[in-house]
Amino acid sequence: MSAAPIKFYQVGSFAIGNRLLSPEDRSIQSDPERTNALTSGHRACQGCGEALGARYALDAAMRATDDKIIAVNATGCLEVFSTPYPESSWRIAWLHSLFGNAPAVATGVAAALKAQGKSDIRVIGQGGDGATVDIGFGALSGMFERNDDVLYICYDNEAYMNTGVQRSGATPPAARTATTQAVGENPGNVFGQGKNLPRIAMAHEIPYVATATVADLRDLEAKVIKAMSFRGARYIHVLVPCPLGWGSESCDTIKIARLATQSGLFPVFEAESGEVTSSTPIRHRVKVEEYLKLQIRYSHLFSPNRRDDVIDLLQATADKNISRYNLIPDESGSI
Amino acid sequence: MEKPFAITLSVNSSLANHTGSWRVEKPEYVHRMPPCNNACPAGENIQNWLYIAEDGSYEAAWRALILENPFPAIMGRVCYHPCQSVCNRAELDEAVGINSVERFLGDHAIEKGWSIPPPTVESGFKVLVIGAGPAGLSAAYHLRSMGHSVTVRDATHAPGGMMRYGIPKYRLPREVLDAEINRIKDMGVQFEMNTRVDDVHEALNEGFSAVFLAIGAQLSKRAYIPASEAARILDAIKVLHDVEEGNQPLLGRKVVVYGGGNTAMDVARTAKRLGAEEAIIVYRRTRDKAPANDEEITEALEEGILVKWLSTVKHVDEKSMQIEKMALDADGYPQPTGEFETLEADSLILALGQEVDFSLLGNSADIDTKDGVMPVDSTMMTTHPGIFAGGDMIPAERTVTTGVGHGKKAARNIDAWLRKTVYEKIDNNDLVTYEQLNTWYYTDAPHIVRERLEATRRAKDFSEVVKGLDESNALYEARRCMSCGNCFECDNCFGVCPDNAIIKLGPGKGFEINLDYCKGCGICVSECPSSSIMMVPDK
Ligand SMILES: Cc1cc2nc3c(=O)[nH]c(=O)nc-3n(C[C@H](O)[C@H](O)[C@H](O)COP(=O)(O)OP(=O)(O)OC[C@H]3O[C@@H](n4cnc5c(N)ncnc54)[C@H](O)[C@@H]3O)c2cc1C
Ligand SMILES: Cc1ncc(C[n+]2csc(CCOP(=O)(O)OP(=O)(O)O)c2C)c(N)n1
Ligand code: SF4
Ligand code: SF4
Ligand code: SF4
Ligand SMILES: [Mg+2]
Repeated sequence: MSAAPIKFYQVGSFAIGNRLLSPEDRSIQSDPERTNALTSGHRACQGCGEALGARYALDAAMRATDDKIIAVNATGCLEVFSTPYPESSWRIAWLHSLFGNAPAVATGVAAALKAQGKSDIRVIGQGGDGATVDIGFGALSGMFERNDDVLYICYDNEAYMNTGVQRSGATPPAARTATTQAVGENPGNVFGQGKNLPRIAMAHEIPYVATATVADLRDLEAKVIKAMSFRGARYIHVLVPCPLGWGSESCDTIKIARLATQSGLFPVFEAESGEVTSSTPIRHRVKVEEYLKLQIRYSHLFSPNRRDDVIDLLQATADKNISRYNLIPDESGSI
Repeated sequence: MEKPFAITLSVNSSLANHTGSWRVEKPEYVHRMPPCNNACPAGENIQNWLYIAEDGSYEAAWRALILENPFPAIMGRVCYHPCQSVCNRAELDEAVGINSVERFLGDHAIEKGWSIPPPTVESGFKVLVIGAGPAGLSAAYHLRSMGHSVTVRDATHAPGGMMRYGIPKYRLPREVLDAEINRIKDMGVQFEMNTRVDDVHEALNEGFSAVFLAIGAQLSKRAYIPASEAARILDAIKVLHDVEEGNQPLLGRKVVVYGGGNTAMDVARTAKRLGAEEAIIVYRRTRDKAPANDEEITEALEEGILVKWLSTVKHVDEKSMQIEKMALDADGYPQPTGEFETLEADSLILALGQEVDFSLLGNSADIDTKDGVMPVDSTMMTTHPGIFAGGDMIPAERTVTTGVGHGKKAARNIDAWLRKTVYEKIDNNDLVTYEQLNTWYYTDAPHIVRERLEATRRAKDFSEVVKGLDESNALYEARRCMSCGNCFECDNCFGVCPDNAIIKLGPGKGFEINLDYCKGCGICVSECPSSSIMMVPDK
């Protein structure tokens, strides 16, 4: 008897594969024949979330386009660890120019393909948070404004990791980095600064904007595939924990991403033409503390003195996300 | 490689960089002990047969189950399922309804007429099993599977022991009992019924190479209760036995049952079904101290059985009896209070426990007994070489499932003893705790409560009380299992490795770590839902 007529599946329902599902209903990553856009031998740290996020996203993009993609990569960890001369881990057409110009180069590649009439080949721009929200921001905004046919993916590890963990415009408040030390009255990164790029992208009213994390593969895959169904500028912002920069255990990368979503600190949603169309509800809500305490970059909030004032401010951020993105449907939102 | 700097690099060229050298620990796939398996007195591989059942492969699941226990349909009705009491899923929502899935598989097998093939090779050894209760039948089944010629001798008309003459049919329908026992008959086990064994040594001289004793505990314990001559005092085991044989005992309108065990519950419920207007259980201690299974107490109460906790029977007359109230002392023991009460009652049924009848040991008592039971060694052998024992007659818990487990263990050791080898059990003490699981990946799915017949309706006849699951319910229930400590091929490890260092070998074959590239980050271990991978030191 086969599992086919049964409408439910259960054992490990949220896992990457599920033998109770038909193969076409399983995630792309569960396929032994998956494309591995980023293959073994790369020099990312143990437990790197960015390496994982890039493979997840690009394998899905390959699936959506019959493997016809060209990726333009900004400078940063992903670029450095994947192509240490003379080796490359990429199994796609991939090119790197500079730290700040990936969106512009991607625009150029898209224009060239259009001129050649190769509309089946699709372009992906990608980079870290530094490349995206800071140095490449002008180019990216232009790419959005012109609605160039590029999917831009930001792998957000919340700092300039490749050069030694400096603060970026995506570094969260209170986090310690090399340039926001845990000293003084308000240790770590300041509150009230930084940029929320998914919202800025939405303000450009481009066809598609989404956030995702490495903790929910199926969601990430679905969003990449959906993004590839649009033409024009699209933006996906993926949270990718960094064991080195965050001071977390290498084995906790996915767990930390999961806690970021379940605390509400990182809202997972999608938007079309500037309007939020859906958000992923929190399944097991946790306090932000559960997320913070696994990371040395927040350890000054717990010792030598517990900084409840700061933790409360971060909790308030999470609570605001929960109500803003309706992350707990039918609930007021307080723990 | 001759490449100018900053120019096209070859695809797959990073494979030359073996990042496995960074590693100090490596992941390893393991098989760990799920708490359910560990708690099953019959040693069933519950996780394994649930896993097989999950995709609808019921026959394969049933065959995996009966490798350990030939009675899933019986188990699904009378086992007190200690497995469920320790199921890790209980901490997530509710324990997996293991017992109901077991019953479904058992019933399904009966419906489909699946049989157990006789052994392909005969060993030439003859083994005698004395007693056709669960312990004896389980031993016979396992011994026969191993190729031995097995004779089962029992004093009663029909095999089953207390499963037939004790447990009433509203809990265990006889068609179910017969179907599962007949399968063992069909394997070629010889049954000699109506044959009481009076001397075990004589039996050994008949050419049997080994004997398994499983005579249970057939003698009812007595208590001295002053009674007038006309008082009607009966013995619970005899009442249940008579009912099974079709002899209706005279109980009267109001029946008092003395005792707090399962036998007391069953005999009180039986009395009601036989027409008694009132059945009252009198028990010395409190409900939480009563040896009866709590579910059975609940079912009895639901059927309108009255219980007087903390009470003893002081004197019995023809139409009434005197009850004394007890009170717990500081140590929690019941003490008489001197407060009396008169209960109107036509008969008193004693259900005070059973003892082993050792008369079959004959005169040459070279088999030791102690405290009314028969001690055995770690191979289930008594102090007499070649004579093994199990079930209610040895010091252990007295349940059907324990008996089945004893029968299996004894069979494996008898087989080894006959072949002059040693049976070595592979111990796996690596018990999986709830904290070790990554339960994020399991859906929240409460367990289906078995439908019960309305309490008032069921007390009128002997039809079965607890209903079984239908196929979709059973499948739903089986799929709630979290597969503690054993890979269920969810592909998480394969998917989450940032270094593509896990090789998927295909359905049923599991996974392998590619140590050339595994950096030892441990994400695969953290994200394995079922705790089936462990980090171990490398080099
Ligand atoms: C009323 C009642 C309800 C119970 N309910 C449950 C329940 O719901 N779940 C549960 O797990 N357990 C239950 N039990 C306990 C369970 O039935 C016993 O623990 C189990 O049957 C013991 O198995 P056994 O094989 O050791 O002995 P038995 O089942 O007692 O079988 C022994 C057999 O040996 C035979 N025999 C004895 N002496 C001789 C002799 N000299 N020669 C030949 N044959 C002989 C007997 O006729 C009998 O058939 C119940 C017991 C009773 C009495
Ligand atoms: C114009 C320029 N400035 C600075 C650098 C040095 N640099 C290389 S990578 C990097 C940080 C990258 O940070 P991010 O984009 O967040 O990516 P990550 O390494 O964190 O993945 C910097 C500052 C550079 N290559 N070019
Ligand atoms: S979840 Fe499954 S394997 Fe784990 S204890 Fe329960 S029945 Fe056994
Ligand atoms: S996730 Fe990959 S690299 Fe990390 S320990 Fe497991 S196999 Fe090794
Ligand atoms: S993660 Fe899933 S597939 Fe991998 S060992 Fe654990 S149960 Fe098996
Ligand atoms: Mg960064």
